Amino acid sequence: MSTIKVFINDKEYTVESDITIMQACDAIGIKIPRLCYHPKLAISSGCRICIVEVEGMRNFVASCSYPVNEGMKIHTNTDEIRKARKDILELILDNHPKDCNACVRDEVCELQQLASTIGLRERKFEGVKREKYVDDSSPSIVNNHEKCILCGRCVKVCAQIQNISAIDYANRGFNTVIVPAFNDKIANSICTLCGQCVNVCPTAALTEKNYTQDVFKILNDKTKIKVAQVAPSVRVAIGEAFGIPAGSNMEREIAHALKLLGFDYVFDSQFSADLTIMEEANEFLERLNGKGKLPMITSCSSGWMKAMEQFHPDLIDNVSTCKSPMSMMSSVVKSYFADKIGKKSTDIINVAIMCCVAKKYEAQRPELAMEDGAHATDYVITTRELAWMIKSAGIDFKNLKGQDFDAPLGLSTGAATIFGVTGGVMEAAIRTAYELATNKPLENIDITSVRGNEGIKEGSIEINGQEIRVAVASGLGNAHKLLEAAKKDPNKYHFIEIMACPGGCIGGGGQPYAGIRDLPFDPKLVNERAKALYKADELNKIRRSHENPAIIKLYEDFLGKPLGEKSHKYLHTHYKQKFPKGIIRKSKEK
Amino acid sequence: MEKQKFTDRFSTVFADQNFFKKQKRIALKNCGLIDPENIDDYIFANGYTALATVLSEMTPEDVIKSVKDSGLRGRGGAGFPTGIKWESTAKQVNDEKFVVCNADEGDPGAFMDRSVIEGDPHAIVEGMAIGAYAIGAKKGVVYLRAEYPLAIKRLQKAIEDARKANFLGKNILGSSFSFDMEIRLGAGAFVCGEETALMNSIEGKRGMPRTRPPFPSVSGLFDKPTLLNNVETWANISSIIVNGAEWFSSIGVGKSKGTKVFALAGKITNTGLAEIPMGMTLREIIYDVGGGIPNGKKFKAVQTGGPSGGCLTESMLDTTIDYESLTKAGSIMGSGGMIVIDEDACMVNIAKFFLEFTQSESCGKCVPCREGIKRMLEILTRITDGEGQTGDIEKLEELGNMIKKASLCGLGQSAPNPVLSTIKNFREEYEDHVNNKRCKCVVCEKLITYTINDKCIGCSACRRSCPVGAIAGLPKEKHTIHEDLCIKCGKCFRSCKFHAIDKTSIAKEQK
Repeated sequence: MSTIKVFINDKEYTVESDITIMQACDAIGIKIPRLCYHPKLAISSGCRICIVEVEGMRNFVASCSYPVNEGMKIHTNTDEIRKARKDILELILDNHPKDCNACVRDEVCELQQLASTIGLRERKFEGVKREKYVDDSSPSIVNNHEKCILCGRCVKVCAQIQNISAIDYANRGFNTVIVPAFNDKIANSICTLCGQCVNVCPTAALTEKNYTQDVFKILNDKTKIKVAQVAPSVRVAIGEAFGIPAGSNMEREIAHALKLLGFDYVFDSQFSADLTIMEEANEFLERLNGKGKLPMITSCSSGWMKAMEQFHPDLIDNVSTCKSPMSMMSSVVKSYFADKIGKKSTDIINVAIMCCVAKKYEAQRPELAMEDGAHATDYVITTRELAWMIKSAGIDFKNLKGQDFDAPLGLSTGAATIFGVTGGVMEAAIRTAYELATNKPLENIDITSVRGNEGIKEGSIEINGQEIRVAVASGLGNAHKLLEAAKKDPNKYHFIEIMACPGGCIGGGGQPYAGIRDLPFDPKLVNERAKALYKADELNKIRRSHENPAIIKLYEDFLGKPLGEKSHKYLHTHYKQKFPKGIIRKSKEK
Repeated sequence: MEKQKFTDRFSTVFADQNFFKKQKRIALKNCGLIDPENIDDYIFANGYTALATVLSEMTPEDVIKSVKDSGLRGRGGAGFPTGIKWESTAKQVNDEKFVVCNADEGDPGAFMDRSVIEGDPHAIVEGMAIGAYAIGAKKGVVYLRAEYPLAIKRLQKAIEDARKANFLGKNILGSSFSFDMEIRLGAGAFVCGEETALMNSIEGKRGMPRTRPPFPSVSGLFDKPTLLNNVETWANISSIIVNGAEWFSSIGVGKSKGTKVFALAGKITNTGLAEIPMGMTLREIIYDVGGGIPNGKKFKAVQTGGPSGGCLTESMLDTTIDYESLTKAGSIMGSGGMIVIDEDACMVNIAKFFLEFTQSESCGKCVPCREGIKRMLEILTRITDGEGQTGDIEKLEELGNMIKKASLCGLGQSAPNPVLSTIKNFREEYEDHVNNKRCKCVVCEKLITYTINDKCIGCSACRRSCPVGAIAGLPKEKHTIHEDLCIKCGKCFRSCKFHAIDKTSIAKEQK
């Protein structure tokens, strides 16, 4: 690593030679205000907030993209620069609604924070604003053009990380908007609803479709049995919304808070994760024995399911028929559990608390409905929405005593906990598949080859003398890469896990926004969440799904055996190729 | 072609002594003289001699040295030394490099590039082949706007003919150098004339500028080292090779060598293209080449550099035409637009016109340009509508200066120029609009008052033409205009045959 000397605000510093001005300033402790910049995404230098003065340059320089060079004299805080930044920020705000108090991102808005940092104190240039337009066609994501400041992060995350490019800029100049192809609605587009755009949006231009009011309403309905379930990755992220350090496991507090909110039963999606493993591991062993196609691909991630149906319809037979843990839980609650408490399925309202916005879409898939046609999952709310509900109900989340999830659908193993992180489903499935196939205990239960934050991971394990090759991808961009390789060589892998979001569910599109002055979609944050899940797995006395006593009892009392008749009715589903705008239907496929 | 025919054609084209006397044609040397669709014509006019010389006698370094020594600078607007650009692209080590010709001419009223391509397409082919040889590229792309169908047709034919004659293709003229080129059509976005937006567009992406560095010479088209020059720059190359760098650098003044083509437009007698040696004064080009202002009107200003250039006044007419002097005077060379404005024009309105253009052509990527120019236009519109407020001029200056320094690309960095330069040179006109709600030149529609004078014979033509019934009067008696009802459409003014309607702009306090 070579170094060079630069002058920042008239003081001499030695910095790395191949970095940008912004990185050099970060290194010496000066955080230049920034907006469109994101370290995981290509630099576009569009917002111009991070401009600095460089002596000898005629114009201001965008520090996010401009490299330092020997002897460069940089000024980050001159009167002229501060004034220009203020003007630029005002130009952004002048074309943005002034309804912060009525906005879902009040308090967690990057634009708001930027305004307070830059200290805008007067407005000089106000004029017409962009047209009002809200696209709430999708059950998952809402695009509010009025609040869009065109920073382009969503476009970049969709294209560069997810390799989907569902949205892009359209029109010119002041009329520029970010929309799906053909200026169509999100619901008609190729958007997989993964919600990564929501994660990186600095304002409320892209948000999840908010169901909190509906859930509050239902909680006050005395005629219904209100059942909540909580995804694994929610518990290690929700604390961030309350200023609790990232990676704190809040599962007991969540269970307590949900009870205080008025839920009658609070179950754990980890229970149904164990159930998924029972079905999926058995399905895998069947396929391994010649009944069905290999490699088998996981089906838990809703964003991935939509992507698969659009972009990889040739893989439909490779995808596990298992419903996601959320949908399994909802089915079991409305069947087995309803019987158990002597209620009809229509008396029950299932609310799923997920780290995911695509799950909102999954809940509305007609093929997942109960026999009477009603959705198995009635509402899906994200980690963010739950955090707000807790705050709004006046619950002192930080100081809650905490309580356990309700029996019997609240008991889970360590294998289920790690569903929340990329590689976790694979690891949990191997633990069970190995022991079911060999009848021997798996010696090293930590399958580290599928852990870690690389986008694509590979591993192998021997089952009854056969080498089982597995692969794991998180983020749809990585998934496409892995699947193309798998398609080229169909014998390369036996089992593939795909998660739509980078890092798996812990990096889901419904997780809390970054705190003040933190970065959205921060890899460090995602790492902390992952660590907490692995720790919870380690601390659990039971770490194999098939050893979960509540699961064993469910099979004894209700389901019979994995892949049995009832399992197929309640726990499995099917897929169909989808043709959103932009995917061409070939005449043969009509 | 016979020599006699050639000279005949020469004399008809160049018969206009006054217009051509002071011109010096290098880029346009063949335009109008040769049949652009006939490669033999071009060869007859010494065409492809330069390429043959380069391939047989010169190393790439020799070529670059020649271009550097000539002092040629980019004719697209910024005036970056061409040789240095070539040198830095040549230095890059990469399997694949590109040469690109920027023919996305977008300035309103400018047609230099179009004329060169329509009149002498082989000059571009030859120039690019020489450039490709110098930097080690095998592939060239001409980014040409789709609105120039004749240019497309002729360039396409030129490329095909050159291929047949082995001026393009494998082992050109028996050398080891291979090069081919193709045309890509632009879909009519002004910003695609910006080099990085142009490359995005060629790649099939939205035409939005990229951040620089990296510069195209390092990472350009498809992230490969790319040499991008404007049509007029490419058209100069063969002449430099044939006649020598010394010859080229003997033309011009200071750091600006050679000639520049200008598109004379506006209130000038001889509109059209004029190629003049650098160093000529504005006065010479406007009065000697351009023939001065028609209809006995007085000169008021000249706008150079297209929609993002600046307006220069009478006192600056002795400014010499070169990159440095024009910049110093508060305008730019640009790609060669030159619009002459006479005393009838309202400078605030002119500035608004140019800003309307840049505002609608902003790509929308960076905030200062996308939002800032819109706000400037709103303020200008308000001023010309008679709703200007105290402080508006200062706001224009503040925004304009910020947009110039903070925008991502050349479009934003130069878009405020027409406003800033007219405020600088014609501030009193702005103040008149803002403070007195008056447009002295009687141009700004909403500041005009129509009144009927004593010449009225009461014919009622105006009354009948008025769409809002604002004119009253009995036949054969003097009519009157009801000012509150008048929508200032001007129909009455045009309908009156007796000069009985006055079109004035009266200061607020005098009303």
